[in-house]
Amino acid sequence: MASKNININLKIWRQKNVNSKGSMETYRLNDVSTDSSFLEMLDQLNEQLINERQEPIAFDHDCREGICGMCSLFINGEAHGPDRAVTTCQLHMRKFKNEETIYVEPWRAKAFPVIKDLVVDRTAFDRIQQAGGFVSVNTSGNTIDANAIPVPKVDADKSFEAATCIGCGACVASCVNASAMLFVSAKVSQLALLPQGRVEAKQRVLNMVRQMDEEGFGNCTNTGACAVECPKEISLDNIARMNREFMSAMVSAE
Amino acid sequence: MSVLDSKIPAGNLADKWTDYKDHLKLVAPNNRPKIDIIVVGTGLAGASAAASLGEMGYNVKAFCFQDSPRRAHSIAAQGGINAAKNYQNDGDSVYRLFYDTIKGGDYRAREANVHRLAEVSGNIIDQCVAQGVPFAREYGGLLDNRSFGGTQVQRTFYAAGQTGQQLLLGAYSALSRQIGLGRVQMYNRHEMLDIVKVDGKARGIIARNLITGEIERHSAHAVIIASGGYGNVYFLSTNAMGSNVTASWKVHKKGAFFANPCYVQIHPTCIPVHGVNQSKLTLMSESLRNSGRIWVPKKKEDAEAIRAGRMKPTEISEENRDYYLERRYPAFGNLVPRDVASRAAKERCDAGFGIEANETNEGVYLDFSSEIRSKGKQAAFAKGEHAPSDERIWQLGKEWVESKYGNLFQMYEKITDENPYETPMKIYPAVHYTMGGVWVDYNLQSTIPGCFVAGEANFSDHGANRLGASALMQGLADGYFVLPYTVSDYLANEIRTGKISTDSPEFEQAENEVRGMINQFLNNNGNRSVDHFHKRLGHIMWNKVGMARNEQGLQEAISEIAALKEEFRKDVFVPGSADELNPELEKALRVADFMDLGQLMAQDALQRKESCGGHFREEYQDAEGETLRDDENFKFAGAWEYTGDNISNSVLHKEELKYEFITIAARNYK
Repeated sequence: MASKNININLKIWRQKNVNSKGSMETYRLNDVSTDSSFLEMLDQLNEQLINERQEPIAFDHDCREGICGMCSLFINGEAHGPDRAVTTCQLHMRKFKNEETIYVEPWRAKAFPVIKDLVVDRTAFDRIQQAGGFVSVNTSGNTIDANAIPVPKVDADKSFEAATCIGCGACVASCVNASAMLFVSAKVSQLALLPQGRVEAKQRVLNMVRQMDEEGFGNCTNTGACAVECPKEISLDNIARMNREFMSAMVSAE
Repeated sequence: MSVLDSKIPAGNLADKWTDYKDHLKLVAPNNRPKIDIIVVGTGLAGASAAASLGEMGYNVKAFCFQDSPRRAHSIAAQGGINAAKNYQNDGDSVYRLFYDTIKGGDYRAREANVHRLAEVSGNIIDQCVAQGVPFAREYGGLLDNRSFGGTQVQRTFYAAGQTGQQLLLGAYSALSRQIGLGRVQMYNRHEMLDIVKVDGKARGIIARNLITGEIERHSAHAVIIASGGYGNVYFLSTNAMGSNVTASWKVHKKGAFFANPCYVQIHPTCIPVHGVNQSKLTLMSESLRNSGRIWVPKKKEDAEAIRAGRMKPTEISEENRDYYLERRYPAFGNLVPRDVASRAAKERCDAGFGIEANETNEGVYLDFSSEIRSKGKQAAFAKGEHAPSDERIWQLGKEWVESKYGNLFQMYEKITDENPYETPMKIYPAVHYTMGGVWVDYNLQSTIPGCFVAGEANFSDHGANRLGASALMQGLADGYFVLPYTVSDYLANEIRTGKISTDSPEFEQAENEVRGMINQFLNNNGNRSVDHFHKRLGHIMWNKVGMARNEQGLQEAISEIAALKEEFRKDVFVPGSADELNPELEKALRVADFMDLGQLMAQDALQRKESCGGHFREEYQDAEGETLRDDENFKFAGAWEYTGDNISNSVLHKEELKYEFITIAARNYK
C-alpha cells in the first residue's frame, strides 16, 4: 500500500499527577507517515517536544503488537480509536485524514485513576484476579497427565476465546457505567468452561464479583458498548454466562 | 583450570537430574516463612518461580516495570511450546527433544541442562492444563500438536497464535493466587536499578518506584533475575518497547559473568521495516511455516518489476518462483531452523532478488496458496464433495487456514493493509531472541552466590540457536521445576541468618550510586533525545553485529560504540524530574546499559572465530554458505567478567563444553 505523509492537529489530555487538575492541550504535527502506528505518531510528537525542550507526553505502551494490553487511549471518543478489533498500537495513521483534529484522552473511570497525562492505574483488575481468577493448583511434578481428562473441542474453543482478553480496560472506558463485567466474565467463563476450573466455579464467581464491586466499577445495563470496542472481540455471551454462574452460586452457596 | 564450575552432577545423562534432586538440601516448611526471596521480572520464568516459591511458603517479593505482571513480554510469544509427550505417535521421546535442541543450538549448549529441560517438558503441559490453560484440542477432546522448525515430529502444543499469552496468563493466575494469599508481595511499575551484595552474597536490590520516583531498598536471602533478553540493543526488534538488559547488566557489573552475548536469534519471518519512524518489528509466528512456502522470483527482472510496482506476486508463474529453502534443504524444507532460514533470506536479497520496495529491498514472500488449495481439497472430500469447483476449494481452504492462523492473518492485515489470503505475506528476518545471557551453573546460580538467573536472561539451554517453541518451555521449566529445588538447596544454609537489614553500608552505597546516576542524566542538559542515541546504537549493531559479521566490521563496531557511549553521556537530554513518572529517564537508564552490552557483544563476536548457529562470521563458511564451526578451538561457553567502565578490558573465561553422551557433528538439514 502506498504510504503518504499527513499533517494533523492533536488535542491531548495533560495532567501532572493524580492530585492535579488536567486539561486538553493542542499540538501540531507535520509529516506523519500513514504507515506509522498511532503510538509511533506519538513518539514523533514526543521527539518534537523534547527538541523544543518541552515535557513529552506520558502514555502506556509496551509490546506494540496488540497483545500485552498496556496501551490504553481514548481516541476521538472511542477506546483504541476508530478501527475495530485493534489496540491503539495496531491502529495506523492511514485511518486518519490530512489536517484532521484528533482528540486523545486517558481511560475515564473512577476505578482507573489517572497517574499522569494518558497513563492510568489499572491495578483494580489485578486485585479482581487475585480474588479468584485462578485454579487452586500448586506447582507439582505429579499432576495428572494432560490428556487424562478429554475436553470437548467446542468448550475448549469457547474457553480460549474468553481467555484471549488482554485486560486493557477498553470495556470499562467504553461503558457508560464504567462496568468491568466483560473483563470479569471473560475470566469466569474461561475457567467455568473447563473441567479443571469447574471445581471452584461457585466460589470464584462470588469472590471476583465481590472484588469488582469493591473496586468501584459500575453495574452492567446491557448496552453492549464494551463488546463493540473490545480489541479482542470478547463476546457478550460471557456476561450472560457469568450472570448464570453468579445466580446459581448465590442460591446454592453454603 | 577455569574459574567456572558448572556443577554438572556425575552419572548417566538420563538419571542426573533425578539423582541430583534427591540429594539436594531442603528447607523445612516451618523455616520457609523466615526467608525472603526477590524475583525480578514476571514473565514465564519469573511469574512461575514467584508463584511456586510462594506456594512453598517462602516470603516472596516480585517486581515488574509494567503496570501489571500480566504484561511481561512472554505474552507475545505466538506459536507454541514443545514437550516430549509423543501424543502423535511419531516416535518422539525425551531423548529426541534433547537431541534436537542440542543440535538446533549447533552444539554450543550443555548436555545436562538440555536433557533436564526435555525431561520436565511433559510436566509443564500437565501443570498448565491443570491451571486451566486452554490449549488447542482435537475433536476427540485431546490436545493437538503441530510442527516447528528443526524437528521432524509434531511436539508443539499451542493455543492458536497466542500460546505465550495463554501460558503467561496461567502463570499470572498462579502468581495472583499467591498475592491474594499474602505469600507474594507484588511491586508493579518498579524497576530494579542495582543488586546489593553483602559479604559477597546477593542480599537485595535497589528499585525505583516508577510512579513516585522513590528509590527503595529491598533485602532478601536470595535474588532471582528473570528479566528477559537483550534484543532491544538493536533498537528495532520483536521485543516489547520496555524490554531491557538493565537487571542482568547490573548483576554483571557486580560480579556475575555474562556468557555468549554474541548469540542472537534473528527470526526469519517478521514484517519488513516500513520507515524511519518505525518503533518495533512484528513477528509472524514460525508456525506459519507449517503451511506457508517461502519464495522469491527466479528472475531478477521480475523482482525489480515487483519493487517498482509494475508486477504482482500472483502474476509470477510457478516455474518462475524460487522456493529457495525447499531447493537448498529438501529434508526440512521450509521448516529449517531459524538461523538457517534467516541467512537464506538475506542471501537471496543480497543477490538482488528481494521484493520489498523499501530502502534496502529486503523482503521475501511467505505464500499460503498451495496450502489453501490442498487443505480445501481435503475438506471438500471430507464433506463428501468429490468434484469441488476451484472456488469451492479456495473457500474451504481459506476457512481451514483461518481456523489455524486467523489472528496472525488479521494482525498482518492491520499492519500492512494487505490481505494475506489474496497476496502472499512479505517477510524479512528481525532480531527476536537472545541465547546469550548471565552465566549460570546447573543450579541456575550466577557467579554471585545467592543470585539466580532464569529464562531468557540466562545463557544456559539454547546454545548458539534456539529452536522454535523452546523459549516458553525453558521459562516455565526454570520457574516451576528447577528453581524451587536449587534455590531451596542454597537457602538451607540461611535458616539461621534472620532478617537482612537494609541499613547496612552496602545498601547505602548502592542507593547512592543509583541516585548519582539519575541526577547525572537529569542535570546533563545535552541536546539529543535518548531515542536518537538508541537508534544510532541499533544501526551499528544491525549493520556490523547482525546477521553476518566480519573482523573488520566488528572492530569498527567496537570503537564506534565506545565513541557513541561518550557522546551519549555528554549530549543526551532527559527532561522532567526524578520524583515523578518519567519515561525518558527510564529509557536513558536502560540505553546506558545497552551501550556497554553492545560493545561486549561485538567483542564476543570478534573472539569467536567460527560460525555457529545465530553467530555467522563471513570468514568461516563453506562453499555453499553454510556455517563452519571450529570445535577444536571454540567448543566453549564464553563468559565475560566485568572489570570496569572500559568494556574493552572485560576478561573472557571459558567453560569447556563436554559432550559425553552424543557425538557432535556438522549440522545438516539437507
